[in-house]
Amino acid sequence: MLQALTEATLYLLTKNNQTNKMRFLDEYRDPEMAKKLLAKIHATVTKPWVIMEICGGQTHAIMKNGIDQLLPPEIELVHGPGCPVCVTPLEKIDRAIAIAQQPDVILTSFGDMLRVPGSEKDLFMAQAEGADVRMVYSPLEAVKTARENPDKQVVFFAVGFETTAPGNAMAIVQAARENLTNFSELASHVLVVPAMRFLLSQPEIRVQGFLAAGHVCTVMGWKDYEPLAAEFQVPIVPTGFEPVDILEGILMVVEQLEKGIHQVENQYIRSVRKEGNPAAQKTIELVFEVSDTQWRGIGLLPASGLSIRDTFAAFDAEKKFNTQDITVSEPEQCISGLIMQGIEKPPHCSVFGNECTPEHPLGATMVSSEGACAAYYKYQQGTTT
Amino acid sequence: MCLAVPGKVIEITEEGGLKMGRIDYNGTVNSTCLELVPDIEVGQYTVVHAGFALSIINEEEAQKSLDAWAELLDAAGVDGGDIIPAHKKQSDQ
Repeated sequence: MLQALTEATLYLLTKNNQTNKMRFLDEYRDPEMAKKLLAKIHATVTKPWVIMEICGGQTHAIMKNGIDQLLPPEIELVHGPGCPVCVTPLEKIDRAIAIAQQPDVILTSFGDMLRVPGSEKDLFMAQAEGADVRMVYSPLEAVKTARENPDKQVVFFAVGFETTAPGNAMAIVQAARENLTNFSELASHVLVVPAMRFLLSQPEIRVQGFLAAGHVCTVMGWKDYEPLAAEFQVPIVPTGFEPVDILEGILMVVEQLEKGIHQVENQYIRSVRKEGNPAAQKTIELVFEVSDTQWRGIGLLPASGLSIRDTFAAFDAEKKFNTQDITVSEPEQCISGLIMQGIEKPPHCSVFGNECTPEHPLGATMVSSEGACAAYYKYQQGTTT
Repeated sequence: MCLAVPGKVIEITEEGGLKMGRIDYNGTVNSTCLELVPDIEVGQYTVVHAGFALSIINEEEAQKSLDAWAELLDAAGVDGGDIIPAHKKQSDQ
């Protein structure tokens, strides 16, 4: 059985990656290395362990490559809250739609926010009804749109974790530098460490070790994880996104768990330094300040997000368009909050795959392709976990 | 959303006061902001997210790490062809 799984590994880990060689990607998709790491994990584990991968990108890679099914039965992977599209509150989406529907406004956004439903519609539907909604690849494209359309108000829907925040901050810095009075951001930034602290403080927490989000750590470093690892006695391993990265990260966590130690150990060495990226942190600090923030599916967490500082209030779309009064509540059937805390799994939800699908998502984790429910729906529909 | 892709800096330019660069992703080239990696040079690899380079890839450390894993796994005699969970091994003995 396990031999057959090993063959399956070879297939799964290579089937999508048969194109030209690409440095710093292909080495981490090497099926031989993956096989060896899997064997080492099987040989190392002696007890049941629950490990959470924080980032939705990692969840996606795990499900896409079938990694969860190749691990020893003792290891259970649960999926964390690291999907910014998923945790963006419903009311923020309603505010974006309300802004987009005003005259002489161009609403710009990353593509993955456009089809996320608000309480009545999504941004694509608003576009179909006549709103000027445009997809951008970078926040600097939104600044360029503002420069080229001086008679319109250009709003960028700035969603993301610490990975995305420095670029969104830089867009405001650049707009200020160019004295653009027609550019603003509807900011919805969340922070990983406060979310992990919240999860670890829950009495029903099952998670014993973490794969930390590699690109968040690229920006922020991993110093802030050391107090968490010590206080809650959990191994934390900043981990990359390719199959070999994830298997290495799991092995590093399992080795610590089996030895009874709990440290921060960096798997994603090629990109993550302990101190992170100081220039990126400085840019975030210049434009944003830490604030209490609402997480879709979880609720209000203290000091868990970033808001635009008063010094840059002219670039804050919430203030410019006075949208703070728009508030809505979430559907009651959805258990995404429990899924993002590692307490429940998608197939255990009564509406998973029937009332709630990627086409008609009811909650946070089905909303984005990186959400745990969407990943299960795409890669494991019909199987139980 | 935190997806980021590695690419090689092939040219450094300046646009509107911003340090920009052309990044080669295995043949596909596009423009990226380099303001967040002020020390980056042509020929180095970077990790790009949403139009911004976020880090300079540490090539030496990456290679050392890969070599160390390969050595460790070879020394442990794991070839992936004989995966036996540790608890099974113990119970068999």
